[in-house]
Amino acid sequence: MISAVYLINLKGEILIYRAYRDDVSRAAADAFRMQVLAAKEFRSPVQVFEKASFFHIRSSNVYLVAATRENVNASMAFQFLFALVEVFKGYFGGAFEEEAVRENFPLVYELLDEVMDFGYPQSCSVDLLKTFIMQEGQQLDPGRALVAASLAPAQVTGAVSWRREGIKYRKNEVFLDVVENVNLLMSSKGTVLKSDVTGEIVMKTYLSGMPECKFGLNDKLMMQGEGKKGGSGSIEMEDVSFHQCVKLGKFDSDKAVTFIPPDGEFVLMKYRVSDNINLPFKVSPIVKELGRTRLEINVKVKAQYSSVTGLNVIVRIPLPPNTAKVTTTAAAGKAKYEPETSELVWRMRKFPGDTEYALSGEVEMSARIEDKKPWSRPPISMEFQVPMLAASGLHVRFLKIYEKSNYNTIKWVRYISKNGQYLNRI
Amino acid sequence: MSDAKYFQTTKRGEIHELKEELHTNDKSKQKEAVKKVIAAMTVGKDVSMLFPDVCNCMQTPNVELKKLVYLYLINYAKAQPDLAILAVNTFVKDASDSNPLIRALAVRTMGCIRVEQITEYLTNPLLKTLKDEDPYVRKTAAMCVAKLYDINPDLVKEQGFLDLLIGLISDPNPTVVANAVASLTEIAEASGMSDIFTFAPEALMKLLSALNECTEWGQVYILDAISTYRPSDAKEAESIIERVIPRLQHANAAVVLSAVKVVLGCLQLCTNAESVKTYIKKLSPPLVTLLASEPEIQYVALRNIQLICSRRPNILANDIKVFFCKYNDPTYVKVEKVDVMVMLANERTVEQVLLELKEYAFAEVDVDFVRKAVRAIGKCALKIERCAERCVAILLDLIQTKVSYVVQESIVVIKDIFRKYPNQYESVIGTLCENLESLEHPEAKGALIWIIGQYAERIENAKELLEAFIEEFADLDVDVQLQLLTATVKLFLKRPSNTQGTVKEILQLATTKSNNPDLRDRGYIYWRLLSTDPEKAKIIVLAEHSTVQYDPQKVDNQLLDLLLHQISSLASVYHKPTSSFLVNTGRQAQPTQQSTNTSGAVMDVMDLLGGDLSSSAPSQPKAQQPVVNDLLDLMSDLSFQPTSTPSVDMVGSHSLPAKMNSLLTADKGGGMAVDGILVRSGGKISYELQFKNISAAGPLSGFAIQFNKNFFGLTNAVALQVPTLTVGQSQTVSLAMTCKEDKTSPATPSLGLQVAIKNATGIYYFKDTIPLEVILSENGRINGPEYPQLWQSIPAANQVHTSLMNPRSLFVDIGLGGLGLEWFSFGQFFHRGFSHPPVPPFTTFAFFRKPVSSFLYLILNPGTTE
Repeated sequence: MISAVYLINLKGEILIYRAYRDDVSRAAADAFRMQVLAAKEFRSPVQVFEKASFFHIRSSNVYLVAATRENVNASMAFQFLFALVEVFKGYFGGAFEEEAVRENFPLVYELLDEVMDFGYPQSCSVDLLKTFIMQEGQQLDPGRALVAASLAPAQVTGAVSWRREGIKYRKNEVFLDVVENVNLLMSSKGTVLKSDVTGEIVMKTYLSGMPECKFGLNDKLMMQGEGKKGGSGSIEMEDVSFHQCVKLGKFDSDKAVTFIPPDGEFVLMKYRVSDNINLPFKVSPIVKELGRTRLEINVKVKAQYSSVTGLNVIVRIPLPPNTAKVTTTAAAGKAKYEPETSELVWRMRKFPGDTEYALSGEVEMSARIEDKKPWSRPPISMEFQVPMLAASGLHVRFLKIYEKSNYNTIKWVRYISKNGQYLNRI
Repeated sequence: MSDAKYFQTTKRGEIHELKEELHTNDKSKQKEAVKKVIAAMTVGKDVSMLFPDVCNCMQTPNVELKKLVYLYLINYAKAQPDLAILAVNTFVKDASDSNPLIRALAVRTMGCIRVEQITEYLTNPLLKTLKDEDPYVRKTAAMCVAKLYDINPDLVKEQGFLDLLIGLISDPNPTVVANAVASLTEIAEASGMSDIFTFAPEALMKLLSALNECTEWGQVYILDAISTYRPSDAKEAESIIERVIPRLQHANAAVVLSAVKVVLGCLQLCTNAESVKTYIKKLSPPLVTLLASEPEIQYVALRNIQLICSRRPNILANDIKVFFCKYNDPTYVKVEKVDVMVMLANERTVEQVLLELKEYAFAEVDVDFVRKAVRAIGKCALKIERCAERCVAILLDLIQTKVSYVVQESIVVIKDIFRKYPNQYESVIGTLCENLESLEHPEAKGALIWIIGQYAERIENAKELLEAFIEEFADLDVDVQLQLLTATVKLFLKRPSNTQGTVKEILQLATTKSNNPDLRDRGYIYWRLLSTDPEKAKIIVLAEHSTVQYDPQKVDNQLLDLLLHQISSLASVYHKPTSSFLVNTGRQAQPTQQSTNTSGAVMDVMDLLGGDLSSSAPSQPKAQQPVVNDLLDLMSDLSFQPTSTPSVDMVGSHSLPAKMNSLLTADKGGGMAVDGILVRSGGKISYELQFKNISAAGPLSGFAIQFNKNFFGLTNAVALQVPTLTVGQSQTVSLAMTCKEDKTSPATPSLGLQVAIKNATGIYYFKDTIPLEVILSENGRINGPEYPQLWQSIPAANQVHTSLMNPRSLFVDIGLGGLGLEWFSFGQFFHRGFSHPPVPPFTTFAFFRKPVSSFLYLILNPGTTE
């Protein structure tokens, strides 16, 4: 299992070293720091140095590294590092950075002690950890702290390890956000090579007690599970994965999504749909190379949704690195050449449904001294947000909440479609 | 207030100050002090001397302070084992505290203190906490058993901890079950006795039901344990699959992959083709979903998908599009995706795949990735005949880009296509030859030269092309030289009319101007063949060669079986058996099979005959090249680029760690243990020896030492003087050594040193190894540029004798450093007048790598001219 965890800053200094076994020392990370962190460009996120394997991920300006000398479960090692980031973020107020680590090192050690034992990951639920590991500033008076602390273990190990008991809200509310990332890869001839939607259903719960939730979507399989016919309004999900609170056995047997939610915000499920996707935007680009020093650009973007409005739409048109001068006329928004990334960036704050905007421009390039490789013509990418649109066609059919005290719950459901990798080759 | 301030104290007298603060009665000040100590520890300062003072703070009701002290203990207890006992009382007391958190904390920390003496005190608290009423304490205690086993396995067995642990599998709390399973698996692996944890079917049922309720990590432990279980029949296998399949929907990739592992394992037993098909179908969506996770997870998933697809190619055949590279995927993900794309490509999808690959080859910036894409196009051509023509067309397009690395890679790939489909695409040869100048990489040069030789009769200016290469013969890589030699001979055999001069020139070059034995030998063989019977030579050199085959598998079948049982593990990510990347710590002796590589040995012979077997395995990783090649590369590097190797004072300048090796253990030495090391300082050799009396028999006396005859004539200059040692006493002596000329020394070079030590109880023998730097003299060094001159100065007529000692182990070492040879320097063996019959004076050169962990060692015999 995992022998040690290091937190290392961008300069390669070890901020924290926590050993869980004594076969990988603090100094063992030297080879790793030299060859991976100093090299910047690495060929694999897990590498062997001196017969020890190092897993690493990066979160803002900190590398999280796990070292081992055994044949450990690699995906678990990475998942643990990601979980660790979440734990720290939960404690540091959302930002996990070198400064925060330095400022809170006793807390970091305390957390590291709790989330892993002898190299085996233990419960990483921030909500629960907070019940018995608290920041100094927030420490309760001794009497209450003891009560809270002695309560904790039962929940850490209980069947509902993600929710503590005795939660109370005056107003019981649930927010359900359907966030869809639309991925597209379109060839230069305008045919769709690949398109899919990776979606997340993010829940924010402010519910008292131990509520049991049941939830239904217009997924074909789920509807069949309820004995309804998946008619024309249904969609076909290729795959779903659930937060650990969802009873997987029940989902497998009768396709019902039932769970006792954690308190606060969490990702309830992730899904992927690749059939019948309503692509929010269609881009028709023409990029002509006129000789060696001139380019002509003509990009049309059409909104393929109606009655809603897209926000913060950005079209990034890559230009050759030796671009010298760009003149453009845009029907809407503003277009600007950004030399750092060699991109012509066209920003539109609002993009109403069923409209089409065009941008045309001319690019002059400086003659290149060494004419090595012709311009590689990277793809045009798009960024956008379209509230109240679910590109996959998904909608939440119901959300039921049962609790002993039978309180009323206010439920909110929102949809938003965002860009994932939205690429048009040119 | 921020805790960062603790890092800022660097003033003098700090330790003393801390000591005082630790003893203060002001609790908050005490806590501050402990924090300062931990801060110092964090930045890597040694604060172990404060051990007793920190222990002093242990008895506190403040949990935060207690945790800090415990953290300190874990770090330094090993350095201060005697003092660690001081902490025991508090631990034992804490282990029965009323607060379960404190009880768990005590047991958890105690297990981390790896001091043998402590383990006895741990027994009682551990027995108690394993039966604790609180599950949080039980789960911590369960893990602690594995910790204890790591320190003292016998104690665990004697005290019946194993049975208690097995009992915990039936615990009502799922988290306890999960940790018990993890702990048992760990012990089973460490002991190599898998029977410690034998699965009864009832236990399996318990695990399966705990699976539904425990944490995500717990599910991983349980699934990994279940994957080692062999179901008795198809029915049981299916029932396990049914129970495990819901896990595929979990958000945690580790749970998903471990579930996949279990399902694949059980599928082997399933006989019902229909249900196998259903299960396989259920596996693909979750695997695809993994590709939407973080790149690091994707990487692990892709490496595993390659294994899974090697065994069951149909599993993802319809999902090929998801493996198309995204523009901003990290390169390490893209490279793996391309591999999967080629694996999955079939008649139906190959067109799409080629379009993608072409896109990468044209549009990507990363050189290695572009190369990979070009290679992949070649693999598609080899795999699916129908698309070969399309591939050649794309490759020709790529050559038109004139980007040198693209051109080079394309030529290498086209060569393989020629070999697989002879006499089909030769029309493109003209285009290839036009790109002669842009070739720099040896492999590309070799490929083009091979093509010229193979099709010499169709290329009108073949002679001129080859002659252009021959002109720069001396600057070519050995591999290219070999190809050039063979190609020229082929040219001569095919068009003998005006090529006699050319072939003569190359044979002369190969046999006289090269230091490479392979090249020389090949030159001689051709020469003799041609001069004896040109017709026979034709039959041999121009023989038909075996065609290149596409080998879809990345690893051989045996290894694949092994790796499929270890899905998601490091081995499955590296595609290597565990033995290749783990230290042998006495842990499980896996049935390891190295993927054997026999082609290396055969290669040279085949190549000689006009074939080129090395290209028959395009996917062969570089590291598997035959060991000897490295050696030759090394030599050629040195002789061709002398100025790049700085002369560095090698001998005697290394401050080697004076770490003694254990030479004789007490059980073999009749109670006498000897540690020692040979060192050289100031031109003198000495043997640093430490004698210890660990016998029960009483004092040891009458010590004497004798060395067996050895290659260097190394022996003691003075007699060994060790005083009488009482029981438990140890004594270090420095024995002056010398190299004596001795006619009876063994002739075979060896670094072995056989030593006999006598004391009153008997004579004991042991072996040591002479570190090379001990033998090399300080004044024997030469400068880098002088070295090739020296080499050249050896008369060619004299036989040059290259003697390699133990080359395997040497090169394993060098190979491990990823060829990161930082510098070499040359030392000259000082033993010049060595007149051992029949050996005339000789010189030894040693090439060192820094640090001195490996070396290449040559003995050159310059003949009697000196």
